[in-house]
Amino acid sequence: MILLVALLALLAGPAFAVQPDEVMKDPALEGRARTLSAELRCMVCQNQSIDDSDAPLARDIRLLIRQRIGEGESNDAVRTYLVSRYGDFILLKPPLKPETLLLWLSAPLTLAAGLAAVLVARRRQPAATAALTAEEEARLEALTKRD
Amino acid sequence: MIVEIGHFALVLALAAALAQTIVPAWGARAGDAELMAVGRSAALTQFACIAIAFAALVNAHLASDFSVLNVAENSHSAAPAIYKITGVWGNHEGSMLLWVLILAIFGALVALFGRSLPRTLRANALAVQGLISVAFLLFILLTSNPFERLAPAPFEGRDLNPILQDPGLAIHPPLLYLGYVGFSIVYSFAAAALIEGRIDAAWARFVRPFALVAWGLLTIGIAAGSFWAYYTLGWGGFWFWDPVENASLMPWLAGTAFIHSVAVMEKRDALKVWTIFLAILAFSFSLLGTFLVRSGVLTSVHAFASDPRRGVFILAILALFILGSFALFAWRAPMLKQGGLFAPVSREGALVLNNLLLTTACATVFFGTLYPLALEQFTGEKITVGAPFFNMTCGVLLLAAAGVTPVGFSLAWKRGDLLGVVQRLAVAIVAGAVVAVVGAAWLRGGPVLASVAAGVAVFVILGALIEVFARAWRPGLSAGLALKRAAGLPLSFWGAALAHIGVGMTLLGLAGVGFGSEAITTLHKGVPQAVGPYAITLDSVGERVGPNYRETVSTMTVRSGDRVVATIEPARRQFAARTMTTTEAGMATLNFGQIYVSIADPAPDGAVPARLYWKPLITLIWLGGCAMAAGGALSLADRRLRFGVARRSRAAMAAAAAG
Repeated sequence: MILLVALLALLAGPAFAVQPDEVMKDPALEGRARTLSAELRCMVCQNQSIDDSDAPLARDIRLLIRQRIGEGESNDAVRTYLVSRYGDFILLKPPLKPETLLLWLSAPLTLAAGLAAVLVARRRQPAATAALTAEEEARLEALTKRD
Repeated sequence: MIVEIGHFALVLALAAALAQTIVPAWGARAGDAELMAVGRSAALTQFACIAIAFAALVNAHLASDFSVLNVAENSHSAAPAIYKITGVWGNHEGSMLLWVLILAIFGALVALFGRSLPRTLRANALAVQGLISVAFLLFILLTSNPFERLAPAPFEGRDLNPILQDPGLAIHPPLLYLGYVGFSIVYSFAAAALIEGRIDAAWARFVRPFALVAWGLLTIGIAAGSFWAYYTLGWGGFWFWDPVENASLMPWLAGTAFIHSVAVMEKRDALKVWTIFLAILAFSFSLLGTFLVRSGVLTSVHAFASDPRRGVFILAILALFILGSFALFAWRAPMLKQGGLFAPVSREGALVLNNLLLTTACATVFFGTLYPLALEQFTGEKITVGAPFFNMTCGVLLLAAAGVTPVGFSLAWKRGDLLGVVQRLAVAIVAGAVVAVVGAAWLRGGPVLASVAAGVAVFVILGALIEVFARAWRPGLSAGLALKRAAGLPLSFWGAALAHIGVGMTLLGLAGVGFGSEAITTLHKGVPQAVGPYAITLDSVGERVGPNYRETVSTMTVRSGDRVVATIEPARRQFAARTMTTTEAGMATLNFGQIYVSIADPAPDGAVPARLYWKPLITLIWLGGCAMAAGGALSLADRRLRFGVARRSRAAMAAAAAG
């Protein structure tokens, strides 16, 4: 359950390496910048979003995002621009395309395989356990009587 | 000289491990009790040798013997004694030595406590355990010798990486390794059962305590690592979906599934093949984790080793043990006799569903971690799989698994009454739903999943409490009698209830993240800054000198209204030996939440740029982990009792037969 961690961390947006001098004046625009930067990878760190990272490159991209958002671009446009510049590598959530199909289908496929295995195992199971032998019946009777 | 003794002891350990692999396995085939008994003494000898080797390395670190390469690279004469000791496993060679030491400890435990087991089962299990030792001892001796000398010896060591100079290093890796490697016992016994083609409830009874120990320690190890990251990395993140974290999570998920299915096997003689499969899976993921961390195949914040030679060696070990065991499984598993029938709606059925969700979650972590590597290898294309992917897949699956928990816990074995269970859990269901709705209203369009998780958490906690209540109390029973009945419930039941409450606590802590608040600002002396329900004031900025660092400390006061509730001292630390700076966050625990402040270097006018957070309920994440592990410990205590009961009842039966 420990890994439910990020499930919420992403949505909440509490922990960031954003510095005070970067923050935009308009809270709505700043909020959009924060949402976007949580989806982008710091290219020189491992598995950290640029929002969390202290690296100078992450700071540059954070400022770039804020500049473009300040100029009136939508989040999608900024994201498209960054992907054209850095490739899919910058997206923390890989896009759905032929190469990543197997990745995205890994969960449903595994679950389906598991369910199939359970069904097959159930079908193979003997219908009932063997009946008791006469001797066992007698012992059972003796045991239950004593109780 | 002591260093050479350590090196020599390690070679002796390899010889003992070889004997442990070959002789008992031969004995089991030939049916020779003498040969089988060799496994026991070989395992104990191996343990003694590795313990000597480990002690020799610890001694070299404590004595700051810089003629040993490992010490020169990872220690410093001015370091406090605790970091000299933890520095032993704060590097590749030393941590591998710790790995085999723990492997040998578990082998010795089987040798000492396995007397009640069928002789051939124990001999085969010890042989498999020995084979694992042989592989890893060879790995250490051939590619990662911690006892290598350095000439000429430098006057001073390079010091341990400052990030690792923390009490967290004292406990996190050893606990994690105890967990990882503990599953080796489960694996060895699964392999032994497959070799024999026979498995029964006695097998489950013997393996279950080992699995509980491994799982409990792994749980605390992961929680400790998460807490360590939380307070050292300086921005309060506690889980990053980093490949190395995923590497510890996969065995944990498989292990969680295993301890549930092995319980079914012990009590109901069902799910045998599945249990064996999970046993192999859990240790395979441990090996995979060792490969990911130790080979440097993934460069990540955790990686401190990279040498392709080592990578190929571990990959060979990985292939041998994983492919070998699955081949054995495919060949032998169909021969295992099935037992214990159950209806789909039953506790067994719920556990199967739970196992399915857990293993699927495990698979998503596996694919998410390795897919980018494979894709880059085959197409040259680089992608990133980060938190958003894991949240959508693994996170949701685990939330579902948590939601099933109270239902399974309340269902009867064999054939359950779903309607009755829903009625019994009605209070918990309603309370969970209310919490989710109120939470969603409170956040007003904020993170929906946070309120859903809070609702599920409340359902899980109340569900466990209701089950305790339902077992202890019947209508018309006095409170005193109910308490007496509660005290008489088996400890394994209490353990399960506590562990499930722990799951709920962790979930609640995670949900709390969605309800936190933050402020990113520059603090000026005497000007309060509000964050959540508190206000923080910067009082002073000063310099301090530690044993091997200097730090700039900001002293701040946390107030609730006019009342001072805490004083915190966030700092920036400079380590001279590696010219590195670390951020020490200032933290104060208030109720179950925390105020968390990390600072940048102060401006010349004394103003401090700071990030301030209020994180409600966050400590529950780790407290929940502790509760889960404590639940495991309670179940363990029950085992010992039940051994006693079995012995007593056997004695009673003998007496009855005689009379």
